[in-house]
Amino acid sequence: MTAAIEFRDARVRYAGAGGLAVAGVTFAAQSGNITAVTGPNGSGKSTLVKALLRRVPLAGGDIAIGGVTLGQMSLRDAARRAAVVPQREEPAFPMTVREYIALGRFPYASVWSTSDPGGDRAVTAAVERAGVGGFLERHTDELSGGEWQRVRIARALAQGGRLLVLDEPTTFLDVGHEMAVFELLAELARDGMGVLLITHQLNLVARFAQHVVLLHAGTIAAQGPPNAVMTGGILERVYDWPLVVARDPAVGAPMLIPLRAPSPVTVHRPMET
Amino acid sequence: MRARFWIVASLGLAAAALLGVALGPVGLSPAAVWAALAGHGDTTTVTIVQAIRLPRVALAALVGAALGMSGAAMQGTLRNGLAEPYLLGVSGGAAVGAVAAIAFHWNTVVGVPLAAFAGAAGAAALVLTIARIAGGRADVRLLLMAGVVVGAFANAAIMVAYATAPPESVRGALWWMMGSVDGAEWQRVTWLAAYVVIGGGALIVWARDLDALALGDDGAAALGVDVERASRRAYLAAALLAASTVAAAGLVGFVGLVVPHMVRAAGLRQYRTLLCGAAIVGAALVISADVVARTVRPPAELPLGAVTALLGVPFFLFQLRRLAARS
Repeated sequence: MTAAIEFRDARVRYAGAGGLAVAGVTFAAQSGNITAVTGPNGSGKSTLVKALLRRVPLAGGDIAIGGVTLGQMSLRDAARRAAVVPQREEPAFPMTVREYIALGRFPYASVWSTSDPGGDRAVTAAVERAGVGGFLERHTDELSGGEWQRVRIARALAQGGRLLVLDEPTTFLDVGHEMAVFELLAELARDGMGVLLITHQLNLVARFAQHVVLLHAGTIAAQGPPNAVMTGGILERVYDWPLVVARDPAVGAPMLIPLRAPSPVTVHRPMET
Repeated sequence: MRARFWIVASLGLAAAALLGVALGPVGLSPAAVWAALAGHGDTTTVTIVQAIRLPRVALAALVGAALGMSGAAMQGTLRNGLAEPYLLGVSGGAAVGAVAAIAFHWNTVVGVPLAAFAGAAGAAALVLTIARIAGGRADVRLLLMAGVVVGAFANAAIMVAYATAPPESVRGALWWMMGSVDGAEWQRVTWLAAYVVIGGGALIVWARDLDALALGDDGAAALGVDVERASRRAYLAAALLAASTVAAAGLVGFVGLVVPHMVRAAGLRQYRTLLCGAAIVGAALVISADVVARTVRPPAELPLGAVTALLGVPFFLFQLRRLAARS
């Protein structure tokens, strides 16, 4: 079976930086699954997304969407196959939710037309799927955090691809809105979409993802099903913090519990960005 | 609301144009203007209308249309509601280029606008570089500060060029720094029209990219836009528009700032319609500003750029407050 997206020994070096930000990462995300990429700050998670968007060039290796490598497709073509919800995005000037979601059809529109055959149907379906039909005429700067994330997912769905890539979509969301986003992603995966999710929410990853990729300093520290990756030994080493892994009392998934520092005054953890 | 915008904007433009032709040292009735446009009536009136006021109104309209579109495109590429060619020093750089071309006797229809464009592109690159070195072009304040500094440098350069150039070779420094459509003749109108059609046409063709760029670099890339290429070419087209207005009428500030906001407030947000709307509103605004400039204290004329600045500065402060409130 062809993977929805595959990173093959992907390497990225930022201009001016000495080492590789991503130093040979190989994994595949299958259709019908949620694949979670997680790891400490600066471990290269978002760099993978930037490489997929070709905002940074690959210094080696390759990325294939549905078996086709990036080099073989135009940017528009890539946008039709893989819809990316980047970490930060705010329209410079407020627009209505409807206008914003319609931008998802951008990769299909010709120079002169603002819509494409089938565009309206795709937008309607995306609106319904993401449950944002109630506020289509509101402006993007009038939405709550939870509404805005759902609207962004609707825009990505309108792009019509079979792969959804999201970079920390639930940062700043409260528990209820965060769960709603994860449930929506699970539904999309059940319908056969590939979902590649970059997140810090290990405990939700344990419950929602079928495959977990744990990054550490630009390389893969571990990958596999949550039960295999989320062990105390691996996580403690990667996050450099004392922790225990318990069992989630509701569903029995692994659950990470970070411990307090042994002695508060001896913590000298370097600040990372 | 949008249909009403087009009607109001078009009527406003027509009214401003009519006033622009009718008002001046010699007041003309609308009927006399109409007759003179068709070539009837006494020869003095026909000459005033056809050879003096009509080209002046046409030049003002083109300057306004170009500045409105240029401002809209710059706000789009820089994702910043305070961006416009004058505040970003692009117009100042253009003025230096134009003055230099004239001082070096390259005073041709192609030479002056081309030199102005080179100056504008140089200033734009300089402003973006200064902002990047100081901490990132995404920071509005750094960008505007860099723009103001480059603009001040440009003004100083114009004054030096004026002081050292042989008399009569360079038009007055004030003309360049404050802008004017006085003494417009059809030749200048024609070549400015050509540049406006090229620059504005390019922006209208590329308008869809500006829609996507509004989402930020990563957001636009996610929609399949080549972000660097799209912003660079839109920025260059915007600089060409601004530069050609400077070559034709000197520095007319704030039009590029005010006009796109007026059009957005009317509900036009897609860049293709926004650019067209900005062209119409910009034309009406600059014609009106010119009417004010020459009728407030006749026979003296105020510099056109002074009138637009009087309008634009309060608007700038209002926008600044709104942006500050949002962040």
